[in-house]
Amino acid sequence: MTREQVRKAVLDIISDIAPDEDLSTIKDDENLRDQFDLDSMDFLDIVMELRKRFNLEVPEKDYQELVSMASSVAYLFPRLKDYELVS
Amino acid sequence: MNYDVIIIGSGLSGLAAGIRLAMFDKKVLIVEKHVEVGGLNSFYIRKHRTFDVGLHAMTNYTPKGVRGSPLGKLLKQLRFKHDEFRLCPQEISEIRFPERALRFSNEFGLFEQEVAEQFPAQTDGFQKLLARIREFNELDLDDNQRIPSRRVVESCLSDPVLIDMLYCPLMYYGSASEGDMDFYQFVIMFKSIYMEGFAKPVGGMPYILNLLVEKYRNLGGELRMGAGVEAIEHQDGVVQAVHLENGETLTADKVISSAGNVETLRLCRPRLVEESSLEIGRMSFMESLFVLDCMPKEVGYDRSIVFYSTEPRFQYRVPEGLTDVTSGVLCCPNNFQYPKPASEGMIRITNQANFSLWDAMARSDYRAAKKEYRDRGVNALLTYFPDFRDHVIYVDCFTPKTIFKYTGHINGAVYGSPRKIKSGLTPVKNLFICGTDQGFLGIIGASLSGISMANLHVLQAEAKSEYGRI
Repeated sequence: MTREQVRKAVLDIISDIAPDEDLSTIKDDENLRDQFDLDSMDFLDIVMELRKRFNLEVPEKDYQELVSMASSVAYLFPRLKDYELVS
Repeated sequence: MNYDVIIIGSGLSGLAAGIRLAMFDKKVLIVEKHVEVGGLNSFYIRKHRTFDVGLHAMTNYTPKGVRGSPLGKLLKQLRFKHDEFRLCPQEISEIRFPERALRFSNEFGLFEQEVAEQFPAQTDGFQKLLARIREFNELDLDDNQRIPSRRVVESCLSDPVLIDMLYCPLMYYGSASEGDMDFYQFVIMFKSIYMEGFAKPVGGMPYILNLLVEKYRNLGGELRMGAGVEAIEHQDGVVQAVHLENGETLTADKVISSAGNVETLRLCRPRLVEESSLEIGRMSFMESLFVLDCMPKEVGYDRSIVFYSTEPRFQYRVPEGLTDVTSGVLCCPNNFQYPKPASEGMIRITNQANFSLWDAMARSDYRAAKKEYRDRGVNALLTYFPDFRDHVIYVDCFTPKTIFKYTGHINGAVYGSPRKIKSGLTPVKNLFICGTDQGFLGIIGASLSGISMANLHVLQAEAKSEYGRI
């Protein structure tokens, strides 16, 4: 996956979890929780979706890496770059 | 055939738990003994009319975009858009006591203003109570302190009439215990009724239930109707099998039961606990439904919901007689902001009732008593409201006996046992409780109960203990 594909994957997950949020306004460097109505349960859903969709385990100590879109991509890209998306 | 999880009961908590588990690819089966889903919030059909049971109104209503609300959490966890629930907010509701009335709506400001006007001497105390309510974390699953709410409320307010008026809707809409409720339950109810508010979905309970069932099935969840559980077999503290009334035996790694705590423990074989050590709920209700040939507003009923007492002091307890008509809840389902008005008008009256007395009656007496207490209930309502009886074209009525028959909850206790199991844990390691006996109340609360128990005990059971807190 490319960086852009990783970003889109995270965006897709958030959009599935919080279908009422308008994600087109997202600012990649800002805290996701400040921008959208996301709580700790939602972040655990993001982690579970990453496991379900990409077979990727995010250990609890790394949850803080998902605080913004930019930090999520920075954390996830090295772990997903070899993942082949089925087109 | 082994399931990851078997869920007992297809009420809101069971369906919500099922959706969460199926969403994360668990092999899950819901078994329901009735022929309809919904449990305590279901519906029934008579003469081509659909009547909701349980759903006077959904509490906890917040509009789209309100952050951190229970409704918002529910929608995200089950992945629905707010619009999909098709919720129509109430107009104005009221608490009506002799010579006193407090109106409230989905704007909390109205209620604060009414209290200030009607009880000016209590204004500071009321604000103090609100501060206590706002700062309290009622959703902490680990907080097992039992603080009687009256102690807290009476430390803030001194007027017994205001205290009774505040309690009346909270008790009617969610108290399993008589006389008083735990403070955390008081806070849940206070927020859900006064600070958030009421709404009804277009299409009523059948619509909401169908939405949940459809989502559950699309995610691969299995649902079996008419499948009552005969026994939960366990050995060395672990569930071995679930035996159905039809003789079938099913196995699962975990079982989540919404049948009620005592009801679930009674299903366990061998028996686990002394019956006498269990707190069994007793609060139940009689409800009369009147279909009108006009809209309620045309006969002088302009409120969405009215909680009333014809006596100066309000009592919440199992009545000594069959039904206590001196207090009740009046619901006018038409007085919600529907995009299109319903084709028929309806008035519903709910009164406290005694399960044992209703249950003991012979069939012919039972029918006559239903009619008698329905008439008494209307007569009591006429203390405050105009007579609507000339406009009634159809009447139906259910009692605690009916509730027990269709839900299996002992004593027809719609709010379950006064003793809530917040953790959902039972003496059996892989058997958990969700629903009304786990402790979250109302339609949104019941759904959140299923969600939090599925999260806590299945999805994140090993990894993260704080999951499931909401």
